[in-house]
This record gives sequence, C-alpha cells and structure tokens, in this order.
Amino acid sequence: MDSFLFGRLTFDDIAIFNVFRDFSMNELVASGAGWLEVLAAVGVVGLLTYYRVWGVFWREWLCSQDHKKIGIMYMVIGFVMMARGVAEGVVMRAHLATALDGGILAPQHFAELFSTHGTIMIFFVAMPFIAGFMNFLIPLQIGARDMAFPLMNLISLGLTAAGAMMLLVSLVVGQFETGGWAAYPPFTGKAFQPGVGPDYWIWAIVVSGFGSMLSGINFAVTIYKMRAPGMTYMRMPVFCWTALCTAILLTFAMPPLTVAALMQALDRYLDFHFFTNDRGGNMMNYANLFWMFGHPEVYILILPAYGIFSELTATYSAKTLYGYASLVLATMCIAVMSFTVWVHHFFTMGNSATVNVAFGIATMLIAIPTGVKMYVWLATLWRGRVRLTVPMIYLGGFMVLFVLGGLSGIILANPTINYQVHNSQFIVAHFHNVILPGVVFAVLAGVHMWFPKAFGFRLEERPAKISAVLWIVGFSVTFLPLYFVGLLGYPRRSASYSDATFEPYMIVTALGSLIILAAFVTFASVFWFSWRNRAALAVPLGDPWDGRTLEWATPAPVPEYNFPVIPEVASREAFAVEKAAGRPYVAPDEYEDIHLPAPSAVGFMICVAAGVFSFAMVWWMWWLAALALLAIPTILVVRSFSPDRHIIIPAAQVKAETQAWMRAIDEARGVTRDEELTNANRGYARTDLQEAA
Amino acid sequence: MSEADTKLHPGLNLGPSHGEAHEEAEVVLFGFWVFLMSDLITFGLVFATFATMLSPMSIAGGPGPAEVIDLTSIAMQTTLLLLSTMTFGFASIAMKYEDGRGRIALWLAVTALLGAGFVALEVKDFIHMASIGAAPSRSGYLSALWSLVGLHGLHVTVGIVFVGVMIAQIFALGLTNQVKSRLLRLALYWHFLDIVWVGIMSGVFLAGALSA
Ligand code: HEM
Ligand SMILES: [Cu+2]
Repeated sequence: MDSFLFGRLTFDDIAIFNVFRDFSMNELVASGAGWLEVLAAVGVVGLLTYYRVWGVFWREWLCSQDHKKIGIMYMVIGFVMMARGVAEGVVMRAHLATALDGGILAPQHFAELFSTHGTIMIFFVAMPFIAGFMNFLIPLQIGARDMAFPLMNLISLGLTAAGAMMLLVSLVVGQFETGGWAAYPPFTGKAFQPGVGPDYWIWAIVVSGFGSMLSGINFAVTIYKMRAPGMTYMRMPVFCWTALCTAILLTFAMPPLTVAALMQALDRYLDFHFFTNDRGGNMMNYANLFWMFGHPEVYILILPAYGIFSELTATYSAKTLYGYASLVLATMCIAVMSFTVWVHHFFTMGNSATVNVAFGIATMLIAIPTGVKMYVWLATLWRGRVRLTVPMIYLGGFMVLFVLGGLSGIILANPTINYQVHNSQFIVAHFHNVILPGVVFAVLAGVHMWFPKAFGFRLEERPAKISAVLWIVGFSVTFLPLYFVGLLGYPRRSASYSDATFEPYMIVTALGSLIILAAFVTFASVFWFSWRNRAALAVPLGDPWDGRTLEWATPAPVPEYNFPVIPEVASREAFAVEKAAGRPYVAPDEYEDIHLPAPSAVGFMICVAAGVFSFAMVWWMWWLAALALLAIPTILVVRSFSPDRHIIIPAAQVKAETQAWMRAIDEARGVTRDEELTNANRGYARTDLQEAA
Repeated sequence: MSEADTKLHPGLNLGPSHGEAHEEAEVVLFGFWVFLMSDLITFGLVFATFATMLSPMSIAGGPGPAEVIDLTSIAMQTTLLLLSTMTFGFASIAMKYEDGRGRIALWLAVTALLGAGFVALEVKDFIHMASIGAAPSRSGYLSALWSLVGLHGLHVTVGIVFVGVMIAQIFALGLTNQVKSRLLRLALYWHFLDIVWVGIMSGVFLAGALSA
C-alpha cells in the first residue's frame, strides 16, 4: 500500500476534504479550520505579492541576523499560533457546554483539540514569545551590538518555525495525536495510535526543542560574555537576570524532552521497547524524562515574565526597583529548585509515600522565593509615581490572580490532596491560572511597553485598556469556576459528562471563553488602530515612558547597530541614574565604522530542510527524509568554507544619525509623566527632577 | 604577566603569539563548553535510562549482559579511542607551536583513522548481537543498550566527518584564526567523547560483565 514516492500519504489523508466525505457538525468544524488556515496562507502570499514586498521580506527579515528583527519574528510566530490556540480553546469550551451526554464534536476530535491546543500554546505560543523578548531585549539591555552567535540565532528561529509548521500542516494533512501535550506512551505508542498523529508531535517537538536548546546557549553566552564595560552582574537589569536563569534552564531542560521524544520515535519507528507495555518497556521512564523537562519548562516561561513585570513596575512607578538583590537571589533559587520537583506531576503513579512527601515539600518551598518577588513588586509600587497605563493594568490582574494560581499550586503540592484532584478540572484551572495571568499577561504588557522601542510609535491606549480588562475578566470567568468543577469530580480531558450538575458551570466558562476571544480580537485591532495613527503616536526620541535601563537611551526604532559606540556603564539602572544626574544623552567623542553580520539565507534553508525532514518522517517518505537530513550538515559545511561576510556602516553615517537625534532631543520639550499618554509624547521624558526645577 | 599570557578559556590556549586569535576564540569556545554541558545531560539521561533497564523485567527473557558483552572487543575499542585522543593532542600541540599544516593534518588523519577503527569494531559487535537475537527490538534492556552505545558511536562518526572537514579547511583556507578556533572546539568535542566512553565502558560493559 505504501508507495515509494509518497510513503503512507494518500489522497484520503488530506483532512480538509473530509467534510465532503462526511458532512457533519464535527467535520464542519475540523475541515473548516483547515480551510481557514489554507485561506490565511494564500492571503498572506497574496498580500506580499500585491504590495510587491517579497524582496524586502526576504532580505530584511528572513535573512536578517539582527537580533531585534529575529525577536520580532518570534513574536509574530507566537501571535499567529495564538490565534489558532485561542480559537481551539473556544471551540473546546463550546463543545463542553453542549457535552451533557454528547456534544457537538466527536470524542476523537475533542482529544485532538486539547492535544494540539496544549502543544501549540506551550511550544509555539509561550516559548516563541519568551524567545522573542529575550532576543529583542538582552543585547540592548547589556549594551551589546548583537547576540554572541547571530547566525545560530537565525537557525534557532528557523527550527522553531519548522516545528510550528508541523502543527499547522497536521490540521490539513492527516491528523494529530490524541494523547495531550505530554503525549504519554504507551497511549501514543504504535499499538494504540498507529497513525501519523504522534509522529507529528514527535518531530515538531524534536526540531523546535533543539532550536530552543541552541538559543539557550546563545542567550547564556551573550549575557556572560558580551556585557558592556562596567555592566557587572549586579548592575544588570532584572530582566537580564531572569533571562540568564532561563537560558541555563533551556540548556539543561531541553535535552530531557529531546531524549524522551526520540526514544518514543525509536519505539514507534524501529520497534524499540523503551515505553511499550510488553517486552520490558517502562512507561515511568517517559514520565520522568518528560517532566524533568516539563517542570523546568514552566519556569522557562515564568521567569522572563517576572523579569518583564519587574521592569514595568519600576518604570511605571518611576522608582528604583525595591530589593534588587533579593529579587536576583529569588530568581536563582527558583531556577535551581525547578529541577527538584518534577515528580509532583505523577504523585499518583506508584511512588512510595516517602518520595511523594519529599517532592511535595520541595514543591511548596518554591513558594518562598516567589513570595519574595510579590513583596518586592508591592514595595516598589509603594509611594511610587504610579500611572495606570496598560501594562500596569495587566500587572494588577497578575498580582491578584497569580497569587490565587500559586496558592492552588501549593494545594496540589500536597500529595494527599493531589490524589483527590489529580487529572480533574482543578488542574486545568490551576495551570491556566498561572500561565495566563503569569506568562500571557506579561507578554501582552511587555508588548505594550516595548512596542514603541521596536517600531517607533506607541500603541493606542484606549482599545489596549479595553483588551486588558477583557483579558482579566475573561480569564476569571472562564477558569476560576473550573476549580469548583474539579472539586466536584469532573475529570480533565473528558469529552462529555452525564452529571447535569456540571452543565451550568460549563455554560458559564464557555461564555467566559468568548470574552477571552473578544480580548484577543481587541488586542489584535490595537495594532491596526495604532498603525493608522502612527504619525501622531510616533516617539522617535526613544524614551516614551521615562525608562530606566539602557535600551531606552536609544532612538526608536533602534538603529540596526543599537549603539553608536558601546556604552560604558557605571551603575544599576544606568539610564535613570544619568537622567537624575542631569547628563543623559552624551554625544560620543569619536565614531568608528560598525561591522555587522551580513544577511544570510542559512537560517531559512535549515528551516526548510528541517520542515521537509519532519514531514517526510511523519509520512514515511524515506528518500525525502534522508535527503533533507543530509541537506542540513551540507548547508553548514559549505557555509563554513566561506568567510563570514559583514556589512559596514560607515562612521560618517553613524555620526550623522546620532547627531540628528541629539539635536532633536535638544530642541524637544520633555513630556511630564502626566502627559505621557498624550500626543505631546515624542519620546523625550522630562524627569521628575526637571519637573521640580 | 601580560594580557596575552592569561588563560582566556579552559583547555588549550593558543599562547602569547596569538593574541588576537585568543580573544576571538574566547566567546565561541565558552559557548562550545556550554553546548558540551548540555550534551552531557543528554548522555546522562540515556545512561540513567539504561541503568533502570537492567532488571529481569526489562530484560524480558531476552539475552542479558552475559550474552551480549564481549570484553575483548571493548578493550580494543577503548585502546583505539584513547590512542585517538592522544593523537588529537599531538595535532593541537602542532597547532600551538606552529609546526605547519602538514603536521597538523597528519595527526588529524591518524585520529580519524583510529576513530574509524573504533566505530568499525562497534558496528561489528552490533552485527554480532543482532545475529544472536539481541536486536534492540528484543527487550527494553537491549533497546537501552543499543541506544546508549549507538548515541556515542553516532557522536564519534560525526566527529570523524568533522575531522575530515577540518583537514580540508586547513588546506583550503589555511591556518586562519577561525580554522584554529574550530580545531580547538573539535578537540574539546573529541576529548569529551573519550570521557563519555570511559563512563560507558566502566558503567555498562565492565559492570555488566562483573555482574553477569
Ligand atoms: C485563551 C483561552 C484559553 C482557553 C479557552 C483554553 C481552554 C482549554 C481547554 C478547554 C482545555 C482542555 C481541558 C480539558 O481537557 O478538559 C485546555 C487545555 C490546555 N491548555 Fe488551554 N485554554 C486557553 C489558553 C491557554 C494558554 C494561554 C495556554 C498556555 C500558554 C494553555 C495551555 C493549555 C494546556 C497545556 C492544556 C492541556 C492540554 C492537555 O490536556 O494535554 N491554554 N485549554
Ligand atoms: Cu511541575
């Protein structure tokens, strides 16, 4: 049946035609989503062609080694995938609202939905968002021109994109697995799921996971080795500290995932017996390997979010961050402890009571450094010059809701209670409660805060405020009731229920998910409104919020070379200190030619090769898989024979640009904090000191 | 002590005559160390998995350590690999003291040959195992054994290809700073694999033979 050319792929596998084969509500939703995706892809290609921007897109984005652009591309991947993730969440909620003794979707379809939703949200929304922020901010905050390994950075992006592609393709060709985002064997093994679903998961995870590991190395080395003169560790912005800890987690926590996924691949492809039921396989090895990644993963996501919240707390209350040292220490504690608690994900799977107790206590201990952070943020707000801007609204939502999520985590850390609520909706409530207000709110707040830095104009406040409130309300209505549903005994990942008690709750949470959908759409519309009004919102001078760290001491958008000369740092929150001393923006005495890495197609080529390899492996097109796999080292080896190419930005150009910017600052009227949301804000903040004078 | 004399990174530094190469090498070498740490985690996890797969339940009635371990072959493999790490050391020293491309390339070629000998013996063992019914699909224990040893063998094979590429680069590009820095990284990689092998040899083969 398998053909040499197409492996096990046949015409019948093209899932978007299923609706013509079997016309039902279920297929309408499934194929409809597939068609939407195809249309969206065609639309993007059409738009790029219509505006004739392929050349620019190729040269200035896909091939760019500029860390800022790479960061922005990560964010774009995150947003695109988030659109699908949110839509799936709403569809699942809609199904569950009707699922008393049935529901609009087939159980198999529901299972695919929570599997793709979870996989997408964790690996292709949250991870790219975090990687995006780290790429954009780290070199700017430590006063560097670029990452330590710009080309490897581009390759990491390509691998992430290739993995995301696999999830998009699985909606159109074939189907996804039904074993959740953790893809536990033996259920995802060959015996139970002989189809392509688990293979899509495996290769998406292996490819993107390898990319994440490489970016972890890149971030860590950048922070260790590329800091500007004077930027000692204890002068680094807090975001860089959280990024450093995250980078270390990425380097050490991604291998367990890759190993687990590859062992599963060996089981499925070559009949190995790591995790099978028969012939000496042991599924507990998978549980351990997966969660040795899985638990640190939640800190990979939340630590940079803490970093973002720390930066915005200080900025929007115009105060030095209270207790910097304790925040740094708490971050390091959390990073280390995150490796010591993984067993709390399977208390019920046959460990001895002693083991469970040890891991339960270890888990609860993490609450201590986390609590430290909460107090640090509160103390920073205390008597600060607080402005209720969009990021601060998210901060408010975060502080209240995240504490709730953390408390439910402590409850879960108690093995005896865990036995009761394990795999119930209580868990669903808990992890959405930490991920949404923790990670997603931080990302949305951070986008609002740093968008002007990246693009040169502010985002419209009013729709963004509406969106922020909708997110907070939507989250609460959708997920807080699930704590009760869980306590009432409704299991997680269950496609239908027979107890009518659950129905009202399910309807409420379905309505809540619509509020979240509205929040997402509103948020997307903010970009549109702001783009239309970009002239009035422009902040070319670069410091719209009275920022405190180095990135704000540059024009907006930041020039490709970041800094005309590498800055020298003499203090923590260097830019704020200089402003307070009345001498920010000192023109450099001398300018030099700046060398930057030239655009390179290597990242894109590796992305294509990795994508083709994954797809070919899923469908058993061995010849294609071998070719694509071979292409990767070939590309790298060929490239290694050609010397690194550079572009040179002449000193004269740097000088002219810098001086023009300095002149504009001299002429500008600084805006006071009360005016920062008005169109008077051109990005030159008048400090409180100047205001007082 | 002048700046050029300070060690900038762990491992073989290129010495005072290479001031600039030194500086450039620092960041990439440090990055490569971090990568090796990450790779060590990978090996550690596969090793740990193997360790959990020694029970009769995982052997599942199939061939156990007594049937599959051939210590003579392991001794030969170990000898070849340890020798190859020494010859790579000679290549590094030739580079440090600027003994010319020919000398470096010669030692690299010897290293690659020794490595190839190692891989050949390993493959021979694998073929033998398959022939006596000890294929990886037979049991969890064998799956883990093949994976761990195979993972290391795969690394060595990649290393051999790398050595070939570097010999080509030495002649095509000359001993530029970049080529030297790549050779330093390749050296780290090669010695690292040696250390991992010592772990596998003692933890898997010696311990297995003793317990069998
Ligand atoms: C935006 C609104 C969201 C809605 C309406 C939503 C809804 C859901 C639903 C209904 C489930 C299935 C629960 C079950 O199986 O009983 C689920 C699972 C999950 N969600 Fe969400 N979710 C949302 C956002 C997010 C976000 C932002 C993340 C992470 C970044 C996330 C991560 C997950 C994960 C990891 C699972 C578990 C999948 C599994 O069971 O394997 N979700 N979500
Ligand atoms: Cu955990």
